[in-house]
Amino acid sequence: MRHTLTVLVANSPGVLYRVVGLFSRRGFNIDSLAVGQTENVNVSRMTIVVEGDALVLEQVTKQLRKLIDVIKVSNITAEEFVARELVLAKVTANPTQRGEIMQIADIFRARIVDLGRRTLTLECTGDEAKIKAFEESLRPYGIKELVRTGKIALLRGSKYTNVNNIKEEAM
Amino acid sequence: MRKSGGEILIDSLLKEGVDTIFGYPGGAVLPIYDALYESNIRHILTRHEQGAAHAADGYARASGRPGVCLATSGPGATNLVTGIANAYMDSVSLVAFTGQVATSVLGKDSFQEADITGITMPITKHSYLIRDTRDIARVVKEAFYIATTGRPGPVLVDIPKDISGARVVYENPGPVNLRGYRPEQLPSSRRLKEAADLMVAAKRPVIYAGGGVVSSGAYRELRHLAELILAPVTTTLMGLGCFPGDHPLSLGMLGMHGSKYANYAICECDLLIALGVRFDDRVTGKIAEFAPKAKIIHLDIDAAEMGKNVRVNVPLVGDIKEVINLLVSNLKAKLPGAWQEQIGQWKKEFPVYYEENGHLKPQQVIQEIYNVTKGEAIITTEVGQHQMWTTQYYNFTRPRSFISSGGLGTMGFGLPAAIGAQVACPEAVVFNIAGDGSIQMNIQELATAVNYNLPVKIAIINNGYLGMVRQWQEFFYNRRYSYTELINPDFVKLAEAYGAVGIRVTEPKEVTGALKKAMAVKKSVVIDFVVEREENVLPMVPPGEALGKMLG
Repeated sequence: MRHTLTVLVANSPGVLYRVVGLFSRRGFNIDSLAVGQTENVNVSRMTIVVEGDALVLEQVTKQLRKLIDVIKVSNITAEEFVARELVLAKVTANPTQRGEIMQIADIFRARIVDLGRRTLTLECTGDEAKIKAFEESLRPYGIKELVRTGKIALLRGSKYTNVNNIKEEAM
Repeated sequence: MRKSGGEILIDSLLKEGVDTIFGYPGGAVLPIYDALYESNIRHILTRHEQGAAHAADGYARASGRPGVCLATSGPGATNLVTGIANAYMDSVSLVAFTGQVATSVLGKDSFQEADITGITMPITKHSYLIRDTRDIARVVKEAFYIATTGRPGPVLVDIPKDISGARVVYENPGPVNLRGYRPEQLPSSRRLKEAADLMVAAKRPVIYAGGGVVSSGAYRELRHLAELILAPVTTTLMGLGCFPGDHPLSLGMLGMHGSKYANYAICECDLLIALGVRFDDRVTGKIAEFAPKAKIIHLDIDAAEMGKNVRVNVPLVGDIKEVINLLVSNLKAKLPGAWQEQIGQWKKEFPVYYEENGHLKPQQVIQEIYNVTKGEAIITTEVGQHQMWTTQYYNFTRPRSFISSGGLGTMGFGLPAAIGAQVACPEAVVFNIAGDGSIQMNIQELATAVNYNLPVKIAIINNGYLGMVRQWQEFFYNRRYSYTELINPDFVKLAEAYGAVGIRVTEPKEVTGALKKAMAVKKSVVIDFVVEREENVLPMVPPGEALGKMLG
C-alpha cells in the first residue's frame, strides 16, 4: 500500500541526505519525494510517498522521528487531504498538430508555457491519476522531455500540521 | 575576550566535565592541539585513530560518562569510522571530533579531505560540520546532550581548520533547543496497567535484559522486579553484569552461545519481559520460533525498537529505571512454583561445562582469571571464541565490568577499550581477554599502555587460528579451513619489545601462577596462553535455527 507522509524538518545542511539515506539503508522504497521551504524559513516540508505494509510504515515513521533534524512526521494517508503534482512536458508539435494538442491541454486544464518551432511545452497540475492521463494523451505526439515535481500534500479543512501543533483544529 | 575556535572547544569540553581525550594529532587539528597544550584536559596519544575511538568507547562503558576522541581530517577521520560504528551499534555515548580542511578548500578534493559527516551519517546519532567559530560552543553542548540522553550514541563534530583557528568573542551558548529531539518519554498508564496485568497473570515469566538496563542504571530496579515476580533473568552480551551472575534467578546469557537453560526458558516461558534489548539475530535465532509460547512486554527508550524484529504485546517506551518503578507499585510478591522448579532442573541437567583432558583449555584460563581476580576485574574482550568463553566462564556480578563489542563484532576492540577503561578506573584490575587473531588488529596500542603506565593485563587465548571462523568451517563447511590458520609472532618477545612484561603458558598447572605474577606487577603484561587448537564454543545454536535446537 502507498502512504503519504508529511515531514517537517529543520532547514539545515544535509537534512535531505539524512532522510534519503535512512530510506535507502533500511530498504524502504520512496515513490516520490518533494521538498521546499514552509511559511517558516527555518523549516522545510517534505511530502514523501512510500510503498509498504503497516509494519514498514511504522518503522519508517519511527526511524524518521529519530533523526534530530526531523521535527514532525505525520502519516496523512487515512485523512482527507489535497494532493497535487506539477508536470512540465515538451511535446513534438508541427503547426498542423498544435490545435489538437491545445484541445488536450484544455481538457486537462493545462497551460501552454512555451512554443518552439516544432515543440510545445505544457504545464499541468493535478492528482496522480490526472497527471498520468495527461501524459498518456500526449504520448502519441512524441514526448521530448518531461519533468514531474513529485506529490505535495496538505490536510483538508481547518486541520493542519505545523511545527507548534499537530493536527489540531485551527478554529 | 577573543578566543580561538580551538580554545573555545577546550573550554566547552571542560564545561561538559570532560577530563580525558583520546586522540591523534594532524594538520587540520593543529589549532585544537595548540589549545590542548596547556589545558587541564588529559590527552592520551593512541598509536592509531581506531585505537582512540575504541579507547573513548571503553572509557565511556567503564565510567558511564561520555567518551571523547579527536582525530585529524581525511585518513585520521576515516580511521575513526569503525570505532564510531562500534559505539553506534552498542549505544555508547561517544563524541568524536575531527579536523577538516579549511572552508575555502572544502569540497575541492583537497589534501587530507574526506566527507566524514557524509561517511558517518548512517553510524552516528547526529553529526555537525561547523562553519562558523561562533557555533562551536553551542554545537559542543548539543553534541554532548544528544550523545548522552535518550538512547545513547555517537555524535561527530567536524571542524574545519580555519574555524578552529579563527579568533572570535566568546559567547555563552544558551540552553539546548532542539525542536526535533524529545528524549524523555513515559508509557501511558493504560500500557503500564496492561504490562502489570500480564506480569500478575504469568505462570512462567522470564526477564530478558540487555544493554539498556546498564545505560539506564536500572540494576536495583531490575533485581527488585525479578525477585518480586520470581522471574529468572537472562541477559544479552551487552547486559552481562546488569544482573548478578551469582544470583539464584540468573540464567546467564541467552542466544547463539547462551546457556541451554536460558534458551530453554525462552522456549517455554509464557511471558517474556524484554528490558533494554533489540531482539538481535544472535539472540533470537530463528525469529519465527523465538519465545513461541510467550506474550512479550518490551520496555526500551527507543520507540523504533518496538516491533522492529518481533511483534510485542505491550510496548513500553521510556527510561527502564523510571518505568520499572512505576510498574512495581502494581505488583505483589509471588511464591515459587513449578516454573522455578523446572528452571532449577534445567540448571542441574545442562550446566555449562567443558572436558578436561590434561591439555591447556581456553575455558580453564578464563575460569582462573575469574578466580584470581575474584570476579572483581573489568574484563574487555575482542571478538570470537575467547569472547564467548568469557561470557560462559567469567561470572559477571557487577554492571560495567564486562566491556565487549556486541553489535558490530569488532576484532581489535578489546585492547584499546581496556586502555580506556583503565584510564577511567585507575584503581581497577583491567584484563583484556583476546584471541591471537584479534590482538593483532590493534596491537600497536600496547605502546599506548606502556607509554602511560597503564597496567592492563592482556590474556591471549592463542590457538593459532581465527578460531570462531574455523569452528564454523568445521561445522558448516566440511572442515575446509580456508585461510583461518595463523602464523603468529612471538607474543612474549613482542610484549618485551613494547616494554611490557611477556609470559608464556603452555600447561594447565602454570595458569594460576602466571596470572598471579601478572597481577603482582604494576605494568602492562601480555600472557600468551597456548591452548588446545581446535576447542569449540558450545553449546551453539546453528545460524537460522530455533533457540531450542542447540549443538553440544
